Amino acid sequence: MSAPAPAAPSATEALQPGAEVLLRALKDQGVDVIFGYPGGAVLPIYDAIFRQNAIRHILVRHEQAAVHAAEGYARSTGRVGVVLVTSGPGATNAVTGLVDALMDSIPVVCLTGQVPTHLIGNDAFQEADTTGITRPATKHNYLVKRPQDVARTVHEAFYVARSGRPGPVLIDLPKDILIGPAPYTPPSEAPHRSYRPQRDPDPASIARAVAMLKGARRPIVYAGGGVINAGPEAAAALADFVRHAGIPITNTLMGLGSFPASDPHFLGMLGMHGTVEANLAMHDCDVMLAVGARFDDRVTGRLDAFSPGSRKIHIDIDPSSLNKNVPVELAMVADAGRALAALNAAWRADETKQDRSALAAWWEKIEAWRATKCLAYNQAHGAGALIKPQYAIERLRELTAASGRDCFITTEVGQHQMWAAQFLHFDRPNHWMTSGGLGTMGYGLPAAMGVQIAHPDALVIDVAGEASILMNIQELGTLAQYRLPVKVFILNNEYMGMVRQWQELLHGGRYSESYTASLPDFVKLAEAFGAVGLRASRPDEVDRVIKEMIDVDKPVIVDVVVDQTENCFPMIPSGAAHNEMLLGPQDKQVEGPVSEEGMVLV
Amino acid sequence: MSGTSAIEKHTIAVLVDNEPGVLARVIGLFSGRGYNIESLTVAEVDAREALSRITVVTSGTRMIIEQIKAQLDRLVPVHKVRDLTDEGPYVSRELALIKVAGTGEHRVESLRIADVFRARVVDSTNESFTFEMTGSSDKLDAFIRLMEPLGLVDVCRTGAVAIARGAGGL
Ligand SMILES: Cc1ncc(C[n+]2csc(CCOP(=O)(O)OP(=O)(O)O)c2C)c(N)n1
Ligand SMILES: [Mg+2]
Repeated sequence: MSAPAPAAPSATEALQPGAEVLLRALKDQGVDVIFGYPGGAVLPIYDAIFRQNAIRHILVRHEQAAVHAAEGYARSTGRVGVVLVTSGPGATNAVTGLVDALMDSIPVVCLTGQVPTHLIGNDAFQEADTTGITRPATKHNYLVKRPQDVARTVHEAFYVARSGRPGPVLIDLPKDILIGPAPYTPPSEAPHRSYRPQRDPDPASIARAVAMLKGARRPIVYAGGGVINAGPEAAAALADFVRHAGIPITNTLMGLGSFPASDPHFLGMLGMHGTVEANLAMHDCDVMLAVGARFDDRVTGRLDAFSPGSRKIHIDIDPSSLNKNVPVELAMVADAGRALAALNAAWRADETKQDRSALAAWWEKIEAWRATKCLAYNQAHGAGALIKPQYAIERLRELTAASGRDCFITTEVGQHQMWAAQFLHFDRPNHWMTSGGLGTMGYGLPAAMGVQIAHPDALVIDVAGEASILMNIQELGTLAQYRLPVKVFILNNEYMGMVRQWQELLHGGRYSESYTASLPDFVKLAEAFGAVGLRASRPDEVDRVIKEMIDVDKPVIVDVVVDQTENCFPMIPSGAAHNEMLLGPQDKQVEGPVSEEGMVLV
Repeated sequence: MSGTSAIEKHTIAVLVDNEPGVLARVIGLFSGRGYNIESLTVAEVDAREALSRITVVTSGTRMIIEQIKAQLDRLVPVHKVRDLTDEGPYVSRELALIKVAGTGEHRVESLRIADVFRARVVDSTNESFTFEMTGSSDKLDAFIRLMEPLGLVDVCRTGAVAIARGAGGL
């Protein structure tokens, strides 16, 4: 201790306004962009943003959109998305986005303004109990009450948001804390005092998994969004495993892109609108490897009929996802990437041979299911022919692929979302963003905005329905302001198509309130926001509008006028089993399989 | 669903950061997910580390009990979750204050039963007694039932606190 200690900065020197400390902490967390909307309680933060250049602020038109934009940014980059909104209505407007991120395990940090600490609890102007309201809407939240907690809380929030099963974390910041002097503390390497999720798989469990899978005669891999959250190495390890073992694989809605759709091992998406081959293979398999998936009710259908004869292995980072809906024989808490890497290593080290002839017979069965071509549809081309929505999406797939551009897809919620999931093929992770768990109409446009901010040169397309797109249509203003060339591809059936489909199949064709009268002219709407508006009404116009959409270096709305009566098949009605699928309009009689219990599950 | 749908009763000890909102997180988890709370107690047990200990008595199928523990464990301010019912013998105690009003034969009888149950008189007037009693929740139930015909006026119970037997800590 003889060397002179470096002069400690004097206490006053080290202190800065809380808002400055906040921005410094964000910078140290590697933040380069914030999606936000100002208001009284966060003015000190906006002042600090004004006086720096390291962090870009994107001004959205509604706080819900700020959260979805941050989600799009996060999902397409693997980084934490950041949101900044004011107190009261700013915070309450953000709640839908937060729950969306919670359900889909998306890392987001949301900063909310709050009334000064001495006014909390006074029903002050624009006061809301934000931490109370968002407790069940976030993975975790904080109310910062002391200046010395600002920096530490930000660092901890980023750690919590991205660790374990990722999710949204909210920090409520009273105005006096933002204005008053606060010390800065850099990120700490020390382990968190209580939150330390397990990431490495138990080697004995890996060995058991190898034995179960090698002994399988009809194995299947069921992979979900957890593989994507675990990073590109996880998807690479998954592809390695599936190809090496020669096992069929299906993806959840959230997992699309975690395995290349163009690979013959891929059976397509499973679940309510999954393919025949995926759902029947899940039903008939003898060993199932579920990884980063959570046996959601849209996937399992009727629980007691879900894959009744299989032995199940489940790998998940979240212990509460294991044995939640479906009891499994082998449950493993681990990061999907680490578990798959360990599985690959153990598989190769193990001498046991697979039953290749049983596997060949299994594949033969699967190919027969595949041969039913369950996604087939009829596109007429004569005079007066209507555009089938599936055709529009298939052309979108072909023409975007032909463009050679790096293409990211977001969606709204409804039939168009399911057709996008069925017909667009994803060969890479992080290129498909859809609201899976919450099913939030209005997600796609702001999410696309966030994706485009992160990938300025990419082709970013929101596959939309005419009803959903109106839920966050104001974001066309954001696209214009930041010159974000996002494409909105509307399958316009004038109906809340998914609602209409359920009403047709389950409620005797009584189309109660599912038709939208007085829709806007989307071409003129685009023009009003400085975007390009295009319309296709006949099948032979589809290619032209898609090509023009891709070529224009501006935001574009494409209004594709589609057949209003088309339904999304295959479909497993709620409460039915995987082998009770409706394959097309000929299977309309669903009175049989849909029990009252099933209706409740809608 | 799972093999057994029998309802089990479990006593779970949870060590948490003593910070605002932590109890709301735990209670919100139970109400939000429809889990049952039979009793819940909480108090700080380590002032230096600012840790509180929650004892929660809950019931559900085996699958639900496992869910409850996993859900508790993933809350950020939760340090430890232990299922005392699963992890060997434990001692569980509850404290109750029980007020009985009456005169004559009833009054004498209540005092006699209190003596058998080792309840202490902590307040008395000419026509009432308030008993303090500590014991297992079952024993408290039994005592309270016996007091009912003798003029039971008011009951206040703490809910169970519980700790594992033997030398080991949480
Ligand atoms: C915010 C919100 N409100 C209501 C719903 C229920 N809902 C699911 S799909 C749907 C219809 C969507 O219509 P549209 O966007 O036109 O898509 P389509 O099904 O016609 O393709 C509705 C109302 C929802 N998912 N989200
Ligand atoms: Mg529609």
